[in-house]
Amino acid sequence: MEQTLILTGAQAAAEAARLSRVQVIAAYPITPQSKIPETLSAYVERGVLQAQFVRVESEHSAMGVCIAASIAGARAFTATSANGLAYMHEQLHWAAGSRLPIVMPVANRGVAAPWTILNDCQDTISQRDTGWMQIYCMNNQEALDLVVVAFKAAEQLLIPCMVCFDGFLLSHTFMPVSMLGQEDVDSYLPPYVPFHTLDADNPVNINPVITSDPIADPDGVMSPGYMGIRFRLQKSLEEALPVLRQAGREFGEIFGRSYEDPLFRYRTEDADFVFVAMGALAGEASEAADALREKGVKAGVLGVRVYRPFPAAELYEALCGRRVAAVIEKAISYGYEGALSSEIKASFYAKSGPAPAITNYIVSLGGKDVAAADLIQVATESIAAAKSGTVSDRARWLGFE
Amino acid sequence: MAWIRIEKKQIKGKLMSGQTALLDSPEQEYILPGNRLCAGCGVTIAYRFILKALGKKTVVCVPASCLTILHGIYPKTPVMATTVNNTFAGTGAAASGISAALKATGREDWHVLAMAGDGGTFDMGIQSLSGAAERGENIIYVCYDNEAYMNTGSQRSSATPVGAVTTTTPINPKEQPKKDFMKIMEAHSLPYMAAVSSSYPGDVYNKFLKAREIKGTRFFHLSAPCPTGWWYPTKDTVKIGKMMVEACIFPLYEVEEDRVSLTGKSLSIARSGGKKPIDDYIAMQGRFKKILPEQVREFQRLVDKRWEALLARAGY
Repeated sequence: MEQTLILTGAQAAAEAARLSRVQVIAAYPITPQSKIPETLSAYVERGVLQAQFVRVESEHSAMGVCIAASIAGARAFTATSANGLAYMHEQLHWAAGSRLPIVMPVANRGVAAPWTILNDCQDTISQRDTGWMQIYCMNNQEALDLVVVAFKAAEQLLIPCMVCFDGFLLSHTFMPVSMLGQEDVDSYLPPYVPFHTLDADNPVNINPVITSDPIADPDGVMSPGYMGIRFRLQKSLEEALPVLRQAGREFGEIFGRSYEDPLFRYRTEDADFVFVAMGALAGEASEAADALREKGVKAGVLGVRVYRPFPAAELYEALCGRRVAAVIEKAISYGYEGALSSEIKASFYAKSGPAPAITNYIVSLGGKDVAAADLIQVATESIAAAKSGTVSDRARWLGFE
Repeated sequence: MAWIRIEKKQIKGKLMSGQTALLDSPEQEYILPGNRLCAGCGVTIAYRFILKALGKKTVVCVPASCLTILHGIYPKTPVMATTVNNTFAGTGAAASGISAALKATGREDWHVLAMAGDGGTFDMGIQSLSGAAERGENIIYVCYDNEAYMNTGSQRSSATPVGAVTTTTPINPKEQPKKDFMKIMEAHSLPYMAAVSSSYPGDVYNKFLKAREIKGTRFFHLSAPCPTGWWYPTKDTVKIGKMMVEACIFPLYEVEEDRVSLTGKSLSIARSGGKKPIDDYIAMQGRFKKILPEQVREFQRLVDKRWEALLARAGY
C-alpha cells in the first residue's frame, strides 16, 4: 500500500510527471501553474528525475521544445494556464498535427482581458478544436492519476493530451492524495517508443509543405494530401475513447481507482434532475445534489471527465429519459452559449430517446464564488422552467453582478 | 556521380591553392539535383557546403521560409538530412527541443542545425533565438539573410536595407537602416559567431568545420543574395554577393569570446586596402531604383562606420 500525502493539485501533477519518467520538460511560469515547473526543476537538479529541463522564454517556446523533443524520441512534458495556453495556440495545432503524445497539465484560469489570475475554464475550452484530447480532473487525486493515464493513452494513440484542473481550487488546495509506486507506474507505462527514430542513413523531412491533392512518392505509392493527414487525426480521435477507457481500466486494476468511465456519475441511477459539469464544479454539484435529495428532489451529477474525444453516446445514454438537466459551465462560446451545453443538445439530435429539458448556466468566471446554495437555486429554477415550458434558449449568467 | 566531378573541377580552376579546405570536402551531396527554389538563389550554394561540413548525423530545424520550399513538397524531398519543420517564430525552441531530446536519450553525437531566414530571425524568431542563445543550447543557428520576406513575395523585414523597394514599401523605399543583428547576438556572449556569404562557399565550409567542434550556441549570419527580390539577373548572384563583401557592406569575420577575426576577402581588404564604394552594388539592383541620394549617403555612412569599428576590433 502506497502512502497518502497531502498535496496541492500542482504538486500532484508534478509528481505524476516524475513517476511517468518524463525525459524533456520545458516550461514557462504562470500563476497558478508555477508550482509544477518549480517542483520538477528541483527534482531534476537533485537528480531525483533524469530529465532535461529547458527553462524557455515563453509558452510558445515551451510547446515548441516539447514538439521537437517528442519528434526526436523523448517523452515530453509541459504545463501552463490561461494566457500562457493562449500564447501556445499555434503550437497546439502543430503538436496534434504532428501526432505527438505530449501531455500537458493545465491549471485552469480565466483569460485576460481584463486580468484575472483566478479560475475558470475558458482557457482550455478555447483550445477545444486544436486536435488535443482534454481530460478534466475533479480533485488532486485525479490530477495525479490522470496525467499517468494520459501518457498511456496518448502514446498509444499518438495524440497529445491536456489534463485540466481548476486553478487555485485544486492547484493550490491541499488534499490527501494516494501516491503511486514507481514500480507499478513503470509496469503500467512502459518507456516511450517514438513513431519515428532518427536515422542518419534514412533521413526524413517531418511536417513539410503538403498539397491538397494526394501525390505519388518516388516509388509511385500515393501519399495523402493535407485533408488526408487531418482526416487520420479525426479518425484516431473518433476511435480514442475505447483506448482511454482501456487505459483507465488498466490503471484501476493496478492502483484500485478505475477511470474506465469517461463520465463521473454521482447518484444518477434514479435521478430526475441532473447537473452536468466539468472539473471541481462536479464536486460542488455533488454537494448540491445531496442537499436537493434531502428536499425530496431526485438529483444527480454527471461530471464530464473526458471532454475530447467527446463522449456523446455516453452522455446521451446517461441523460436520456431524465426530466431536467442543468449544464453548468465555467466557459462560454461568446455570442451563443456554453460549448458543453450545445454539444449535449447535439448528442440528442436524430436520436429516438426522450431528451430532458436542458438549461445552461455560466458560472464562476474569473473565480467568482459559486456555492452549493447557488446550485440549488439553479436546480429549482431549471425544474420550474421545465414544468412551465419556459426553458430559455439563452445561457443564464449566475451572479455576475 | 559525373556531375559532381565536373563541378569540382570547375571549383578547382577558380580557387587559389591552400585558400580553403573546400577541395577536401566530402563528395557526398546532401542536396540532390533539382529543387524548388528560384534560379540563382544564394541559399542553396551555402546550404550545400554547410551540410557537407556537418555530415549526415545532423537534424535541421526549418521555420516557414524559402528553405521550406527547397526541402520540397510531401512526399518528396531533395535534401538528404533529417529535417524538422517548425513554427515561424519557433526555430530557436525547436532546435533546443531536439538538442534536449538527444541529450536525454544519449545521442549527443548528432548536430542540431537551425536554418531560418531574416524574417524568422531578425523579426519573428528573435525571442526564441535569444532564449536558446542565453541558455547556451548546443545548436548551430544560421540566419540566411536575403533582406526581406522573400518566400511570401518580397515584403519588408527589419533586415531590409535603407532605400530598398519591397512589396510593402512599394512607393517610398524603406526609410530605416538594416538592423545590426550580429551586435544583438554578440550581447549573448556566444562561444562562436561568424558572418559568411554564399558567394564564398570555401569560407562557409571552413567556418562550419570549425563551428562543429565547438559546444554551445553557435550563430552564423549568412548573406544570401536573392535575384527575385533584389531584381538583378539570376546569373549575377555570386557577383552581387562578392560586391557586398568587397564594398564592406557584409564583411566576412568571426567572433570568438569577443575576439574579432576578419577572414577571406575582408581580411585582405583590411591588410591591403581596396574597399569599394557601394554605388555599383546599388546600381546593379532594381530594388534600389527609387533610393534617394541622401539614402545612398546614409547607407555608405553606416557601412563605413561599421567597417571602421570592425577593423579596430580586429586590430587594423
